[in-house]
Amino acid sequence: MEDERSFSDICGGRLVLQRRYYSPFCREFCLTCPRLSLCSLTAVTCTVWLAAYGLFTLWENSMILSAAIFITLLGLLGYLHFVKIDQETLLIIDSLGIQMTSSYASGKESTTFIEMGNVKDVVINEAIYMQKVIYYLCILLKDPVEPHKISQVVPVFQSAKPRLDCLIEVYRSCQEILAHQKATSTSP
Amino acid sequence: MNLPHWALCVSLSSVPLALHSVPAIHSDLGLLTRVPGSLGFGAGSRGLKVLGEVGCLPAHTRQDPNQRQAGRVCLGWVAWGRGVALHCPPASEASTVLSFQQLFWARQRVPGMVLKAFFPTCCASADSGLLVGRWVPEQSSAVVLAVVHFPFIPIQVKELLAQVQQASQVGVAVLGTWCHRQQEPEESLGHFLEGLGTIFSHEPWLQLCRERGSKSWSCKAIRQQVPVAPGVPSEDQVMLIFYDQRKVLLSQLHPPTVLPDHQAGDAVASSGGLAVVFDTVARSELLFHGDQYDEGPVRLSHWQSEGVEASVLGELAKRASGPVCLLLACLLSLVSAVSACWLWKLWPLPFIRSKLSTCEQLRHRLEHLTLVFSTQRAQSPTQLMRKANMLVSVLLDVALGLMLLSWLHSSNRIGQLADALVPVADASVGRWQGGVLDRGPHWPTGFPAGFEHVAEELQHLLQWLMGAPAGLKMNRALDQVLGRFFLYHIHLWISYIHLMSPFIERILWHVGLSACLGLTVALSILSDIIALLTFHIYCFYVYGARLYCLKIYGLSSLWRLFRGKKWNVLRQRVDSCSYNLDQLFIGTLLFTILVFLLPTTALYYLVFTLLRLLVVTVQGLIHLLVDLINSLPLYSLGLRLCRPYRLAAGVKFRVLEHEAGRPLRLLMQINPLPYSHVVHTYRLPSCGCHPKHSWGSLCRKLFFGELIYPWRQRGDRQD
Repeated sequence: MEDERSFSDICGGRLVLQRRYYSPFCREFCLTCPRLSLCSLTAVTCTVWLAAYGLFTLWENSMILSAAIFITLLGLLGYLHFVKIDQETLLIIDSLGIQMTSSYASGKESTTFIEMGNVKDVVINEAIYMQKVIYYLCILLKDPVEPHKISQVVPVFQSAKPRLDCLIEVYRSCQEILAHQKATSTSP
Repeated sequence: MNLPHWALCVSLSSVPLALHSVPAIHSDLGLLTRVPGSLGFGAGSRGLKVLGEVGCLPAHTRQDPNQRQAGRVCLGWVAWGRGVALHCPPASEASTVLSFQQLFWARQRVPGMVLKAFFPTCCASADSGLLVGRWVPEQSSAVVLAVVHFPFIPIQVKELLAQVQQASQVGVAVLGTWCHRQQEPEESLGHFLEGLGTIFSHEPWLQLCRERGSKSWSCKAIRQQVPVAPGVPSEDQVMLIFYDQRKVLLSQLHPPTVLPDHQAGDAVASSGGLAVVFDTVARSELLFHGDQYDEGPVRLSHWQSEGVEASVLGELAKRASGPVCLLLACLLSLVSAVSACWLWKLWPLPFIRSKLSTCEQLRHRLEHLTLVFSTQRAQSPTQLMRKANMLVSVLLDVALGLMLLSWLHSSNRIGQLADALVPVADASVGRWQGGVLDRGPHWPTGFPAGFEHVAEELQHLLQWLMGAPAGLKMNRALDQVLGRFFLYHIHLWISYIHLMSPFIERILWHVGLSACLGLTVALSILSDIIALLTFHIYCFYVYGARLYCLKIYGLSSLWRLFRGKKWNVLRQRVDSCSYNLDQLFIGTLLFTILVFLLPTTALYYLVFTLLRLLVVTVQGLIHLLVDLINSLPLYSLGLRLCRPYRLAAGVKFRVLEHEAGRPLRLLMQINPLPYSHVVHTYRLPSCGCHPKHSWGSLCRKLFFGELIYPWRQRGDRQD
């Protein structure tokens, strides 16, 4: 089962949440971030080239112009490969674990998998960031030595930064699966 | 009364096998129901006989003293069973009963938990047969290792499994059946497969089925016992997870998890998780030795089933490595014995050795080589990686060194270098103060040679300081004194260099040969040469710093006197003090003199400190490069680049095509370790002596004129 809904992130950009229910114990949430806008790209390129042309008129060295072109190209490639995240996915599988994938604009994917044995809970936290109060979904990890303590907090959807309504949807689905997992987990 | 039904689980050499359980007829205590027609597995010596079933113990009788009797009887049953190769932990009566309860709880069916079946991708196209693998009850997961094809004899299959179990300490068992069939299901095959469930009984019994040529799979996990509560199905939900057996076998998880040993009583592997899968596959190598074309009794399908992988070069290298290592280890021990000889301990040799970074580097490399060529095998994968990294590092070092050597010796570069440093013609001592030097025949005119250049530049600098540097007005007398003193120093230095000039080319040629020991050695020698060449700058810095330091201390002490205070050495603080009039008078005079001479001294100090810092920076950069070559784990980086599955940070899952009504299929892939983690984990220890100062303390030392030692070697540098 698959459906798509439109939400907005904390800056007002448009996000698309795709939910796929593969089975009662396996669900996937895919958040698509707003794409790289042509306006900002043009603005940055124009700034860099104007600055380079200004320096060129000062020093009359054509290396400055070639250097500016190289810098623009390398900067754009680096930005697309290392910074710009296109899509963030959360895959939750009962009794196996939770997987978070970030896909970059250049196609690179970076994945983290957390086993269910390490997951204590999935919660929505509130944070004060400068002048804003933002909500973020995070996974609480158990301490292997002391099962009642929380050893780490892993935030999810860090670059998409959806608002509370989107987070509530994801939270509810995750809690259904976690509840089922806790009910069926072995107890020594 | 609805009583729970228990399955009797007994251990055969600490491997749990769940038996067929038959509903017990419960009496008051519900004991001793001898099951007619017990199942026999076979007449072999390792066969297992079901003697009876421990009936259910009603909950309210647990505290009953009669329960003890029941316990004893249980033991009796089991004790009888001992004759038939049952191993139960000999313990006291109470604990035996307890351990049974523990066993019961551990093996009890978890209602509703999804069963995960890890299936190797190489077996997805194999013919029908039996599934062989390991069942992990705590996570409700079945790791399938291989498929046994028809025809087979059950006894031989069990023998093979017992062999593998003994060799690898992994509880390998028959988990279920695998059916790879045509479009029309064959009835006979279906019945036959179901019949197998009674021969190799396993709880739960997996039935995987795939239609040939299509992607539709079906899985069933059947539990023979009657369900716990009505409404809960006796079939579990199954999730198929495909994994690449070869990659999982060869990969290594980081950080390495220590799994509990099975001999220790099969502790709950709740922290294992996926590490259990990796461990199982890695330890079952014995299972993968036979392939399906073997003449052996059992035909298996696994990742090596097309033929065992091996490499001729690898085998040759393994055979040759023994004697080669032995030979090299002897040579290296000889070299280290020579270097540890008592001759080297005579003064001033240890002093010189501690100052030269070349000796340090050579010693470091000797240590590495000794470790690499030692005749002991590596205990753990980490040690093996470390050895490999060291070997690759040494080889790269030597290769770069040889390249440098060939570049130096081509087109007489060494000659040019020697001429750049000192002119071949004999320049007399006095000529450097004015006039043009007589250049040698091969050097192009117009460009002063190396040392001369440095000396002349220093000379110009001092002349500039002796005048009015940057428009500042210096104290004439002090200026002249300091300037002449330093100029004379340079004069002495140049004379010394001229004495050495005939030998420079020879020395350089021999030093250049040392590059075949490695680029790091050549760079260390370069760093040492720079230190020797700029020794006069170091001396100037020390003179200037000492002078300035004395001045600062004098000034601070007289300033205190000016204010009527004194430094109390006993109490380490400033105290007030009453001075006599003549003390105050002299003190004030001296203070004034020092204050007015301060700019001159400070300027000299500043200039020479900057020069010294420049030299230190250059040396530091060279050392950084040497450190980098020494400590970079090139083998690990190469492995990460070419075989990323070998270094695993974890796993990742991908959901495959899903149809409603079919089981969920996932593909498990290995998530490789990021490059930064590879470098961090496998970095070789370097002899790196990093500066211990923070920026703040450095500035403080500079201000007060204390001497800076940029780095400390193993034995602390004394001056």
